[in-house]
Amino acid sequence: MADKSLEMVECGHRACGGCGPALAARLILKGAGERTIICAATGCMEVFSTPYPQTAWKVPWVHSLFQNSAAVASGIEASLKRQGRDEHVICICGDGATFDIGVLCISGAFERGHNITYICYDNEAYMNTGIQRSGATPFDASTTTSPAGKNSLGNSRPKKDMPQILAAHGAPYVATCSIAYPNDIIKKVERAVNIDGPCYIQIHTPCCTGWGFDGSKTIELGKLAIETGLWVNFEIVNGKLEKVKKVKRKPVEDYLKVQKRFAHLFKPSLNTTEIAKIQAIADANAEKYGIDLKI
Amino acid sequence: MALRIGCASAPGQARDNKTGSWRVFKPIFDHEKCTSCGMCQLICPEGCVLTDDGKFIPDYDFCKGCGLCAYECPAKAITMETEEK
Repeated sequence: MADKSLEMVECGHRACGGCGPALAARLILKGAGERTIICAATGCMEVFSTPYPQTAWKVPWVHSLFQNSAAVASGIEASLKRQGRDEHVICICGDGATFDIGVLCISGAFERGHNITYICYDNEAYMNTGIQRSGATPFDASTTTSPAGKNSLGNSRPKKDMPQILAAHGAPYVATCSIAYPNDIIKKVERAVNIDGPCYIQIHTPCCTGWGFDGSKTIELGKLAIETGLWVNFEIVNGKLEKVKKVKRKPVEDYLKVQKRFAHLFKPSLNTTEIAKIQAIADANAEKYGIDLKI
Repeated sequence: MALRIGCASAPGQARDNKTGSWRVFKPIFDHEKCTSCGMCQLICPEGCVLTDDGKFIPDYDFCKGCGLCAYECPAKAITMETEEK
């Protein structure tokens, strides 16, 4: 059983008040335990937790580049194996490093079958450089590189389905979770690090600065994403969908209207056409994973 | 300051950075209303809610005053007050 009182991330890091990724970092290490080595790509978490020499981490932590954390982790894992050691090797990377820049190295590590756990904290854009869109940015979200305006409704492409891409690599364990359900993260991380082979976990981590909401509502936003069907918590074990969080679904407006990145869908007038498109994405998720509670 | 080889640094040195100075609103914990569920400690993004003799106490050296604990507390035992500095 994971020790929930374990604190391997120290106070004094420079994350915004109410930061989703900072909470995720604490929860990940509660699940993984203190015998863990972390490889972290460039990203918000790297920037706020390690301005030299004030690292917040109390476990070995290696910074790679944006693109190669999975390759660095592969090397560490191979070396530990050779030395007969059994520390858990995990990557903690943002969605930019995972969905866009690091895909090559992640695919390589999963194909070679290294015993690592790759964790992506998904805040749905490049937040540390000032909210640029990534492959994880949802449809119609306004970012600094997909700004909503007269000629644009925000990000024109849907979110990439990274968990399914890695499940297709034959990964023994692929899971998604959300900081809205802290115990679920601890449980899934603990399960992943104890499975032999490359595992992938994607954590939904609302970003108050990038999405435009008050820092006290970080968890509520996570819950709304799940309750509207725009985020699905599931586990895929050996290619088979094992567990899905079922909900009584709310309309997507409930989730969209509380965030500034979707404000253009409500002002100056309600854009029902675009909201219907986003509702269709939620409906498709519900259909695909069967998240609707039958009453 | 001189950089060490590989920019290695000792664990947990972020403690030198007292983020409590960022705070505008201060969480006040009401121990009478508290049911000791531990939610505030589990979800604090700073990890600065400490336990002392079974009571939950925020470490004001590091609390940034985000208000997440107050918003999520099921017993509504935490209130946010504007802080005079």
